[in-house]
Amino acid sequence: MKTALFITCLADAMFPEVGKATVRVLERLGQVVEFPAEQTCCGQLHVNTGYQKQALPLVERFAEVFAPYDAIVAPSGSCVGSVRHQHAMIAKRVGSPALVEQVEAVAAKTYELSEYLVKVLKIIDVGAYFPHRVTYHPTCHSLRMLRVGDRPIQLLRAVEALELVELPAADQCCGFGGTFAIKNADTSTAMLADKMRNVLDTGAEICTAGDSSCLMHIGGGLSRLRAGAKTVHLAQILAATREEPMIVGRAERQAEVHADPEAVL
Amino acid sequence: MNAPVMLGVPKIPPPAPRGVGHLKGKEKFPVAARRALADTQLRHNLGKATTTIRSKRAQVVAELQDWEELREAGRQLKVHTMAHLPDYLAQLESAVTASGGVVHWARDAVEANQIVVDLVGAKGVDEVVKVKSMATQEIGLNEALEAVGIAALETDLAELIVQLGHDKPSHILVPAIHRNRAEIREIFLREMAEVDPALTDEPVALAAAARQHLRRKFLSAKVAISGANFGIAETGTLGVVESEGNGRMCLTLPETLITIMGIEKLVPRWQDLEVFLQLLPRSSTGERMNPYTSMWTGVTPGDGPQEFHLILLDNGRTAVLADADGRDALNCIRCSACLNVCPVYERTGGHAYGSVYPGPIGAILSPQLTGIEDNASLPYASSLCGACYDVCPVKINIPEILVHLRAKHTETYAAEHRLPNAEASAMGAAAWVMRDPKRWARALRSGRLGRMLGRKRGVIGDVPLPLAKQWTDARDFARPPRQTFRDWWTAEQGGER
Repeated sequence: MKTALFITCLADAMFPEVGKATVRVLERLGQVVEFPAEQTCCGQLHVNTGYQKQALPLVERFAEVFAPYDAIVAPSGSCVGSVRHQHAMIAKRVGSPALVEQVEAVAAKTYELSEYLVKVLKIIDVGAYFPHRVTYHPTCHSLRMLRVGDRPIQLLRAVEALELVELPAADQCCGFGGTFAIKNADTSTAMLADKMRNVLDTGAEICTAGDSSCLMHIGGGLSRLRAGAKTVHLAQILAATREEPMIVGRAERQAEVHADPEAVL
Repeated sequence: MNAPVMLGVPKIPPPAPRGVGHLKGKEKFPVAARRALADTQLRHNLGKATTTIRSKRAQVVAELQDWEELREAGRQLKVHTMAHLPDYLAQLESAVTASGGVVHWARDAVEANQIVVDLVGAKGVDEVVKVKSMATQEIGLNEALEAVGIAALETDLAELIVQLGHDKPSHILVPAIHRNRAEIREIFLREMAEVDPALTDEPVALAAAARQHLRRKFLSAKVAISGANFGIAETGTLGVVESEGNGRMCLTLPETLITIMGIEKLVPRWQDLEVFLQLLPRSSTGERMNPYTSMWTGVTPGDGPQEFHLILLDNGRTAVLADADGRDALNCIRCSACLNVCPVYERTGGHAYGSVYPGPIGAILSPQLTGIEDNASLPYASSLCGACYDVCPVKINIPEILVHLRAKHTETYAAEHRLPNAEASAMGAAAWVMRDPKRWARALRSGRLGRMLGRKRGVIGDVPLPLAKQWTDARDFARPPRQTFRDWWTAEQGGER
């Protein structure tokens, strides 16, 4: 079985630890993972902002790069949602019938990490160790586009020493929504405020999810408030073991900085 | 062989006309939303109301084992009707006419208003009673009547509160959702001449005051105006679904009834109501059955209104129908379930949308009725969370239509302007970088996001900074890593892993 990692542009650029963790989990379970370096981005950012024609080359590239593989795994419900639900739409509207066939074939074997582990590999206990109080936020696209259901919860319950606490109003959007967070920053922030309130109410140290984008949003808010709680991707929890634990207290490479944007860019 | 007949090129049907009705606000969504978000009372009322209706709906929907089949049936009925709309409309016209009604065709809000003004004027009255109706709000009928000295009295309790408060409705089903009882008491004391000054803010007392105020009007009114939830092509029957019974008073007591119906409200057969009368009340008020369902077919001698006029309203609907990727918006049965689950609507309320159709359905309907550029901010008033699609009783894929309308906007903008705007330049630059893995890898290796765009800095200017500020106003920014994933992979591949 030829398995490819679809890293997603966001994790590639901003959250490499999520990619490394995905590789670590899959390899620990005996999977041989390849990283096709020709991949870039699924085009969701363009499609959702209204640039379907500009997304077309990205859709074509995705189908071409990943066609040779038996399974494509990504640590993102949102990007897999785009591959499964938007690529055919773009191919139909601005591409060609041949491309529709091509993207549908690739979409059928593209999986979000928790889907791949539980549905395809049929593994719930991945041998992880994570001694922390954790709450899980089901991201909108995992929940309603992919219908991953309780697979992430099943995986988390099997993690040794992990204390899972239920997130109130979990199905509510965190307010990220891609460029929505910028175009409608005020409304996005109001949604974020409620999400953070619910996260903090659980008393969890860690809010986890299957999408770096939503975690970047929630984590950015928690960090701004100096709330103490932080966000960690599901893949990183699943990758942590007794031998190689994840140290969550220390400020890490992907730690949030209170930034004047100029300092970052 | 006959010479080919030139039939001409079909013209794109016109959108709803500007300057009349209530399909477009004065401000863009983010500006109006910012003000609404700061209104503590509004946030509290909306949060409480939407949460309550949401859980009631979930409860009664869960009772039906065939809910998904019902939704699919509703969707298919609507899709079929829209595909054969001209035939069914003609059938409806024949059936209504045969039952003693008069059918009028209105291309837009201006024509519809004029037809009503002429009909009411011919009766020589200066006051009409109204049943709650979205179509009449859409075309600004009350203002058109007021301009010729005719007072239109809203009889739905919530619409009455909105009208007396010189306000605008903020929800399809619960127009005064943004008001609380203290505010309503104050409005009644100020605006109802005959009200008892000792009126309290108890809901029972408020309802009694409204009832007293309205009852006199029902008995004296000669003309009533209504909308319609359904028009049945097969029988020519019109239907209104309501909770209070005030609608039924309007529909039965006055001598003349004028009904304004959007052309998409059609269903082919009487039997189709078995689907919609299950879907609608459960989705809208969270009730198994709504208290009042009034149906009438033309006129019946000696019983009810003796004169019935049906105005069939287009006002941009044919233009929506012409767009294969957007037309499903016309399938809406106005249940408002999408408003009640929408995290954006729940926090901003209906006024921020500027149109009588707020929330997710409004964000796809209003811009299509007016033409995209007149409501270009609405398709972006969504995080695309998909909660609306999940609850829609006729399965309108609202997120997909939102995304379609965003593309329609950027493409219309590009066609109308010689230079791309900042966003289009940034998106173009990002696509240019991302379509080539070498460029992408180089952009990433620089370790700074800004440089990715900076490769074409001559084109995009200072774009990244103000955009980043919108982010960092409320959230910290993640520090870019020293090594990207792909660089790590390459390094690891070189060594051992």
